Amino acid sequence: MNNYEIDEKGFYGEFGGAFVPEILQKNVTELQNCYRQIMESDEFKQEFHALLRDYVGRPSPLYYAKRMSEKYGCKLYLKREDLNHTGAHKINNSLGQILLAKKMGKTRIIAETGAGQHGVATATACALMNMECIVYMGATDVERQRPNVERMRMLGATVVPVQSGNKTLKDACNEAIRDWCCNPKNTFYIVGSTMGPHPYPDLVAKMQSVISEEIKWQIKEKEGRDYPDYLMACIGGGSNAAGTIYHYMNDERVNIVLAEAGGLGVETGQTAASLNCGTIGVLHGSKMFVMQTDDGQIIEPYSISAGLDYPGVGPMHCKMFQDGRSKVLPITDDEALAAAFELTRMEGIIPALESAHALAILPHMKFKKDDVVVLTVSGRGDKDMQTYLKHMHKQD
Amino acid sequence: MTRIKELFDKKQNDILSVYFTSGFPNLNDAPHIIKALADGGVDMIEIGIPFSDPLADGPVIQNSSNIALKNGISQKLLFEQLKDIRKTVNIPLIFMGYINCTLQYGFENLCKKAVELGIDGLIIPDLPFEIYKNEYKSIVDKYGLDFILLITPETPESRIREIDEISSGFIYMVSSASTTGAQNSFNDEKQAYFNRIKQMNLKNPTLVGFGVSNKATYDAACANARGAIIGSAFIKSLQENPTIEQAVSSLIKKVKE
Repeated sequence: MNNYEIDEKGFYGEFGGAFVPEILQKNVTELQNCYRQIMESDEFKQEFHALLRDYVGRPSPLYYAKRMSEKYGCKLYLKREDLNHTGAHKINNSLGQILLAKKMGKTRIIAETGAGQHGVATATACALMNMECIVYMGATDVERQRPNVERMRMLGATVVPVQSGNKTLKDACNEAIRDWCCNPKNTFYIVGSTMGPHPYPDLVAKMQSVISEEIKWQIKEKEGRDYPDYLMACIGGGSNAAGTIYHYMNDERVNIVLAEAGGLGVETGQTAASLNCGTIGVLHGSKMFVMQTDDGQIIEPYSISAGLDYPGVGPMHCKMFQDGRSKVLPITDDEALAAAFELTRMEGIIPALESAHALAILPHMKFKKDDVVVLTVSGRGDKDMQTYLKHMHKQD
Repeated sequence: MTRIKELFDKKQNDILSVYFTSGFPNLNDAPHIIKALADGGVDMIEIGIPFSDPLADGPVIQNSSNIALKNGISQKLLFEQLKDIRKTVNIPLIFMGYINCTLQYGFENLCKKAVELGIDGLIIPDLPFEIYKNEYKSIVDKYGLDFILLITPETPESRIREIDEISSGFIYMVSSASTTGAQNSFNDEKQAYFNRIKQMNLKNPTLVGFGVSNKATYDAACANARGAIIGSAFIKSLQENPTIEQAVSSLIKKVKE
């Protein structure tokens, strides 16, 4: 039994759907009608898996973090998505979607990006496939994630800084959708997370499900059983979290604990903790928990991490949270920074700020000594060096 | 008979419907703008309910929505401003807003309020017609409102037929694959699309919107449909003219002369 599959209309319970303007209905319907069939074809599977193996470098290692395990009194395994080509889990999805785009005869690719990881992954996929690439990125994020902007440009993508709203991920999504409205015929929108109109939440979750597929046999090799006691990941839109838990959503033996961006703290209002602070609404084509006023105006989110700085959460995660299937902790900027330095000093791994939120769950947990914990390090921290250095100087 | 139906029965051609963003340029301008548009000879008015993330709108309406929200507009306040609107204005009035604001106010609450204020119809561009049909149509019918759906150059013929079946009032024909915003002319491809729709002999009348901004685009719309909807060009006119009356007359001059 699967409680977290979409129904025929693209809903997870009351969440999801495709609330898009009429101009996009044809595109969305076309994609809804063909994505599963294409993804299940042998041809697609072979191409996708060859790319994941030879180009991305999968499987990504499942690494036993010895010192951290001792500190937190459990068996902690890190799923190393940071070791993928381009430095994060995002490449899994971008490669999968660009194969879909090609099979559907589309010639122009657009994407939104927050931290720039999805933008870099998509620009990479476009370079590889020789396709035009336009990436929308909030002007604030262009500033705070500069190295990724330069990477995208070097890869041949056009990066469009978005000046509306808080100039972050939400605004980049708005602008990408507007572009799509204006170019529905030739353009494929590579959505970076488990959000947006149906079928994107399901489509992206499936593209990322390679993560939990690997966890399954890797943990069996190491622990003699094919499931952990805990799965942990950070959650913004929800793609690395969806990939981490995909094959375990209905396995009640596995506890799911996720970290959303608490910002300065949920009580301050300066936060991006959409599950803990949001109410049900419609944003970017999907019904989900969003941070909003009584009047239905979206509240600008805040987080130190550009990748989690989003006022909503993908519909699948909304359903799991509502059902109590996942536990979601708001992690503050300071907790995330401390966790990033801890992993760096104890295991020699500099994580992305997003992934640091997941690591910051650990001090909140009470484990039994034999508990097997798999935590996804969604990306590496190179792009965040500016923020980390600033923090280090403050400490000195 | 609804005011919208009456309008289309009475007037065969050259119907002009104008959109404005409530709360813009000043917080309490809505009643004044409605009065000025009606006095200026406009046939129908779309009252825009601003949303923070209007993804079907181009830069002009985005900007007006931002200013309106900064001014402090909300659905509650707008409805308060409109409480006496039917004492002065008789032409059809329509609410146009995004689904999230509607859901937070409550879909049925909005319908009830619309009837109370004398509003005739609703346009919600990001509510797909299937969901409208299955979940909300019965509420709209209960309150006797018209619900205006959109068609676009990308909408397949079979879907246009379905939309025509459940629309009431008129069909909003989006001129092109775009967000809202002014265009200087409609090219051959758009003319062909207008023609194709005309040949379909829909049961609802159509109005062309998105991109209508001057005499050329207005005339093209009127030649192929019962009239036109103007939004961004009026918002610009409000920004460029010292008074609301002047903004209205300058717009009318621009499209009709």
